[in-house]
Amino acid sequence: MSNTSTVRAEKGTMKTIDLASETVTDLNHALHEQANEMTIEEWEVLNPKGHHNLAVGVDQKLKIDIHGHAGYYCAGMNKEAEITIHGNVGQGVAENMMSGKVHVKGDASSAAAATAHGGLLVIEGNAGSRCGISMKGANIVVKGSVGHMSCFMGQAGALVVCGDAGDALGDSLYETHIYVKGSVKSLGADCIEKEMRQEHLDELTSLLDQAGFDDDPKAFTRYGSARQLYNFKVDNAGAY
Amino acid sequence: MSEKKKPTTELRESATFDRSTMAEIRRAADTGIYDIRGWGAKRKLPHFDDLLFLGASMSRYPLEGYREKCNTSVTLGTRFAKKPIVIDTPVTIAGMSFGALSANAKEALGRGASAVGTSTTTGDGGMTPEERGQSSKLVYQYLPSRYGMNPDDLRKADAIEVVLGQGAKPGGGGMLLGQKITDRVAKMRTLPMGVDQRSACRHPDWTGPDDLAIKILELREITDWQVPIYIKVGATRTYYDVKLAVKAGADVIVVDGMQGGTAATQEVFIEHVGIPTMAAIPQAVQALQEMGMHRKVQLIVSGGIRNGADVAKCMALGADAVAIGTAALIALGCNDPKYDAEFKAIGSAAGFYDDYHEGRDPAGISTQDPELSKRLDPVEGGRLLANYIRVLTLEAQTLARACGKNDLRNLEPEDLVALTVESAAMARVPLAGTSWIPGQQTY
Ligand SMILES: Cc1cc2nc3c(=O)[nH]c(=O)nc-3n(C[C@H](O)[C@H](O)[C@H](O)COP(=O)(O)O)c2cc1C
Repeated sequence: MSNTSTVRAEKGTMKTIDLASETVTDLNHALHEQANEMTIEEWEVLNPKGHHNLAVGVDQKLKIDIHGHAGYYCAGMNKEAEITIHGNVGQGVAENMMSGKVHVKGDASSAAAATAHGGLLVIEGNAGSRCGISMKGANIVVKGSVGHMSCFMGQAGALVVCGDAGDALGDSLYETHIYVKGSVKSLGADCIEKEMRQEHLDELTSLLDQAGFDDDPKAFTRYGSARQLYNFKVDNAGAY
Repeated sequence: MSEKKKPTTELRESATFDRSTMAEIRRAADTGIYDIRGWGAKRKLPHFDDLLFLGASMSRYPLEGYREKCNTSVTLGTRFAKKPIVIDTPVTIAGMSFGALSANAKEALGRGASAVGTSTTTGDGGMTPEERGQSSKLVYQYLPSRYGMNPDDLRKADAIEVVLGQGAKPGGGGMLLGQKITDRVAKMRTLPMGVDQRSACRHPDWTGPDDLAIKILELREITDWQVPIYIKVGATRTYYDVKLAVKAGADVIVVDGMQGGTAATQEVFIEHVGIPTMAAIPQAVQALQEMGMHRKVQLIVSGGIRNGADVAKCMALGADAVAIGTAALIALGCNDPKYDAEFKAIGSAAGFYDDYHEGRDPAGISTQDPELSKRLDPVEGGRLLANYIRVLTLEAQTLARACGKNDLRNLEPEDLVALTVESAAMARVPLAGTSWIPGQQTY
């Protein structure tokens, strides 16, 4: 907080925040300050050391590089910014993201991009359980595998998994598109394998492209909602 | 001489299998699905009517009814927030979703609350501009579903309420059935139109209280530590839940008892889960006191609050404020006898209507039907609600002055006695005329 005025003075330069000497609140406050007066677009965060809540609530077109591992909710509610984590991330990376891009070079823990409304989350490693839970329009591309209950109650957007998916993929799914290249341990309630039409191949090709992965879109299988649980029916009682 | 009529047995209704129980068995047998409805618990429960105030006499002196000041304003969120909320009356409006309620009803709630300087609350389904525009103090709910959640609205809020549960359904998620998922509601929730929407019952990105502590810090970071963060729980294991909520970093804790209203829940849930509001308050207060946090972390209580006596009793038991849902809707015209014929036409009656989920409310409140919604004028609704809250406040003040208190928050358990053994045990005040509090050692 103390040094935000000096931050403004350094127009056009890259700003480095070292969490060995500054707090998470200092970091977030400085990033939020940019909303008033866009001065510094490039940010570098050193020594994150697994701190939680790094670069949360950013709402400007900033480019932020976090050098190391981050804890929970890194890049939470991101809007517009491009945030790269050069390490692993804890639970809920890019949770409720609205737009922009979050790129994780390592692995992500559970609930990655939970409830995210927009933007792109790229995970180069694996993601834990409930990846994309209740997602509402964001796109997620995972180079590795995802854990159980991924895309649980997914409402919109797309989840692309280049590796395998764990148990109960897409349980209680609404309208999220799921593409998996490897195996799926089991599908959740009301999630079924679906035909891959041209529009889906196009979507998948574009997402892989945006993520920078060269996997062959044709090698993927699409999953989606059977839409059988959309309305309460006595006959469905066993599925709930 | 006429023949003497032979004595016969009287028709006797079974207390166990009474008529409504039998009707429910027949309904279940016919449909094969549980009953869903709105409103709160309808069974008789130990409640605030079972408590009485000990007005002042020789051992205490009262305050003049119309002359001496009795403060009603309360500051919420003094623990961490840079901008705590100051409300002029301790009666706040509980979270009720746009979706469950019409946009006009939400606007009326905002108008009424603002007119008397209190807060209103969003609900499952996000913040509408009507509501933000008309609410001078708006609490934004952070629910498991996260429908419509976004950082811009989060920053527009005057406080954030992390909802873990509701008194009507602790452990259950929300429901909004297809007929109310209109185009606007569907868009706000990112759902296909017409689906029966089942909100999540658990938050998607944290599980226990340790995670919640980090989540709360995230919300504080996003909002730069400006606004208070509330935690709302349905009343069950209230003593422990309140301790954990304090530990997780709440500024304010909302405890909603089992009488609390809902927009749509299984009947079995409404009537069989949770504890009565009156029983929850002493548990919450004890937890806060043991942590040295009573009055530092404020306690808001809801569930079946109807009049100023209920408000005063909650405060005497240690609450800092209350929230009303059902009563606010009734003030707007919910279940109004003037619509009796129309209620009857949909198989209900004025005073009994609880099928909020069907969206056919003749009073235009729990509906998304544009024609029905028009029946509620938000300006007039706001006026009615403001009047009603004024009455609650005046009544609570009247009782407080009679007990010699110049601030509603100076009311204390010592001002109360109980009419029944049950209420004495739950509220932890003596049975009237005795010094006996069941379950407690008296010296
Ligand atoms: C129509 C209606 C909709 C509600 N929607 C929500 C909601 O979205 N989120 C929530 O936390 N509670 C919701 N509630 C519960 C209220 O916030 C509050 O806990 C309850 O109504 C208080 O009890 P009372 O109705 O007896 O005053 C709703 C209640 C009603 C009546």
